[in-house]
Amino acid sequence: MAKTAMPEEKVEPSYLEVSTNKYKKGILSWILSVDHKRIGIMYLFSMMAFFTVAVFFGFLIRLELIAPGRTIIDAQTYNQLFTLHGIIMIFLFIIPGLPAVFGNFFLPIMIGAKDVIFPRLNLMSWYMFVFGGLFAVASMLLPGGSADTGWMFYVPYSVRTNTNVLPALIAAFILGFSSILTGLNFITTIHRMRHPDMSWFKMPLFVWSLYATAWIQVLATPIIGITLALVGIERVLGVGIFDPALGGDPVLYQHLFWIYSHPAVYIMILPAMGVVSEIIPVFSRRSIFGYKFIAFSSLAIAFFGSLVWAHHMFTAGMSDTAQFVFSFITYVVSIPSAIKVFNWLSTMYKGSIKLDPPFLYVMSFIVQFSIGGFTGLMLGALSLNIHLQDTSFVVAHFHYVMFGGTGFGIFAAMHYWLPKMFGRMYNLKVATWAWGIVTVGYNALYMPMFIMGYLGMPRRYYDYLPQFQPYHVASTIGSWILIIGLIIMFTNLWIGMRKGPKTSMNPWGGETLEWKIQTPPILENFREVPDIHAGPYDYSKYETKKETTK
Amino acid sequence: MFTSASNFSNNVDAVFLYIAGLSFIVLIGIIVAMIYFVIRYSRKRNPVPTHIEENLTLEILWTTIPLVLFISMFYFGWVGYKDMRAIPSDAMQIKVTARMWQWTFEYPNGLKTDTLYVPVGAAVRAELHSVDVNHAFYIPAFRIKKDVYANKNNDIWFRSEKIGRYDIACAEYCGLKHSGMYSAVYIMKQEDFDSWYKTTSAKAGLQPALTAQILK
Repeated sequence: MAKTAMPEEKVEPSYLEVSTNKYKKGILSWILSVDHKRIGIMYLFSMMAFFTVAVFFGFLIRLELIAPGRTIIDAQTYNQLFTLHGIIMIFLFIIPGLPAVFGNFFLPIMIGAKDVIFPRLNLMSWYMFVFGGLFAVASMLLPGGSADTGWMFYVPYSVRTNTNVLPALIAAFILGFSSILTGLNFITTIHRMRHPDMSWFKMPLFVWSLYATAWIQVLATPIIGITLALVGIERVLGVGIFDPALGGDPVLYQHLFWIYSHPAVYIMILPAMGVVSEIIPVFSRRSIFGYKFIAFSSLAIAFFGSLVWAHHMFTAGMSDTAQFVFSFITYVVSIPSAIKVFNWLSTMYKGSIKLDPPFLYVMSFIVQFSIGGFTGLMLGALSLNIHLQDTSFVVAHFHYVMFGGTGFGIFAAMHYWLPKMFGRMYNLKVATWAWGIVTVGYNALYMPMFIMGYLGMPRRYYDYLPQFQPYHVASTIGSWILIIGLIIMFTNLWIGMRKGPKTSMNPWGGETLEWKIQTPPILENFREVPDIHAGPYDYSKYETKKETTK
Repeated sequence: MFTSASNFSNNVDAVFLYIAGLSFIVLIGIIVAMIYFVIRYSRKRNPVPTHIEENLTLEILWTTIPLVLFISMFYFGWVGYKDMRAIPSDAMQIKVTARMWQWTFEYPNGLKTDTLYVPVGAAVRAELHSVDVNHAFYIPAFRIKKDVYANKNNDIWFRSEKIGRYDIACAEYCGLKHSGMYSAVYIMKQEDFDSWYKTTSAKAGLQPALTAQILK
């Protein structure tokens, strides 16, 4: 890999140096910029700030749980911490993580466009993201203390608690709109801004996954907005909608909540699947196996994923018909995910594989996402779900999908694309070590939760029965290893992006459009759009023999 | 530690082992294939990649085989669940009331306790009701759980198979002392239960003679 090679063509000032507005330099040239790349970077830094806070909360939760009874914090603080951990991680890290950062930066480039179709709306989405985040932070600082309801705000508890539920609701509401507008922007951009030669089936798979994601963002997010607004109305005005004491129905709330929040899981995982589909061919130097199957499986996931929400409610007392249908569709939605995993593996077959950090993170993704998927199959089985619902088994399951999957997808994307975004390379050896530590720590943290969950350890527990302690201790030690790995990883990336050796136009040998333009990219991306006819994963220059089996 | 103590335990564990076993085999397959590919087709060993676009047969195979397996998993889960819904008509009736943060059990003659006592082998139907927020009635050793609401009376049933003491937990987050909302169910011999029921009811000034009626 050419670490120090100079860009192959004449260098123009990059987007990092050229402002889009009258402010040439300084913070205003950034926060008033409508350049999709600068907005992507702004999302990156604000998201990382929130992520750091939420990781710290997670660390405190794990530390508290190292022994039964009170260890470092009281029960009320614990309840507030896991609520904030959930809200921040979901609304401020995982949902915006890939679309808003890497989607913003690379989606227009990958389809040969100068920017997204609504650059101002794009900037507005970032402002809503930041304001929403500030409301979440404000809820911590206001008297009364931050919400202690869990991130799902289940009524009637969320209507009755004296904590600052309202700011948290407003935060989630505003963040929802940020997400909707980004989705709208991406759908329109993909439809209207593609280069004339960029036909649908020449689009990189990351773009396909963003397209499927954007549709869910636009269609599902308004439901959570309205639902949370109704909770606010119920809390403030006492209108009976969900609280049984006022004549409402708490199960109705759960339906409305999960009609968004289950598809939201796919908002979180689909872009990460897109990242994996980008990285595997590049480091295997091989065309992706089953391009159309991967592309359509994203759409299938988006579609079927919208029809399974009530599998979060198998213990709520729904009719047997509803249980039957939702359990069955849950198994149907697993098929497209399985298809993706098999296609990724086949892409490695007879490739020419280099184990650089992005690829290592992808390997972790595949294993951990598979474990998340398999345990999802267990949770989908009705009789088994009854036992496992609301235990730490579920906590482990969704952390395997959301963190072991999406989180590692975000780390992979960072190691893959940050050198392009900043024009500098991080230390590969340190990155490899960090990957090893993060992967070991991660699995040590969440694997014990499967076991104790099956043994009957309920979730959201401040205190627990003594027989669960060995698993809690193992899990807490895992959290320390994980955090050490994360610190090494982020420090390495940070130093690399500031002081690392300058990198070439195409350090990994990718074939999608972002690797055919200057590093870092120029304002409006292209001097002229490169030839697109070959398709996104054409590695024919490395290949001698061709096999096309049909 | 896999305590199993009700008529549902073995079935739930069997479904778990079925899905976990299949998953484990496939997971090992995925990991072994991936590691093999990474080593066998490393850039050093295999500098020249081979172009393969797709293979329809493979795609059909790895769509239909998982589909068949998934449907079998769904089926076993559904069958087990149907048993959980088939409440015997002769079941002993217990009213369970949940409040922040304790459980109350009410027997047919009006006797109220904070711990549940049940004769071994008897079918028990618990009618669940909350007086405040959402809770969930969970007995891990019995593999049963049901949410408890204020506006509807969910019910749940079990037939205990082993004498002993088993934890009852709250599984739906309900605020400050959610994790302390534990109670227990004591599974007793029929004679022991009868004498417990008689004396405790008498102490509370209630009609103990109903024992025979409710247990048939």
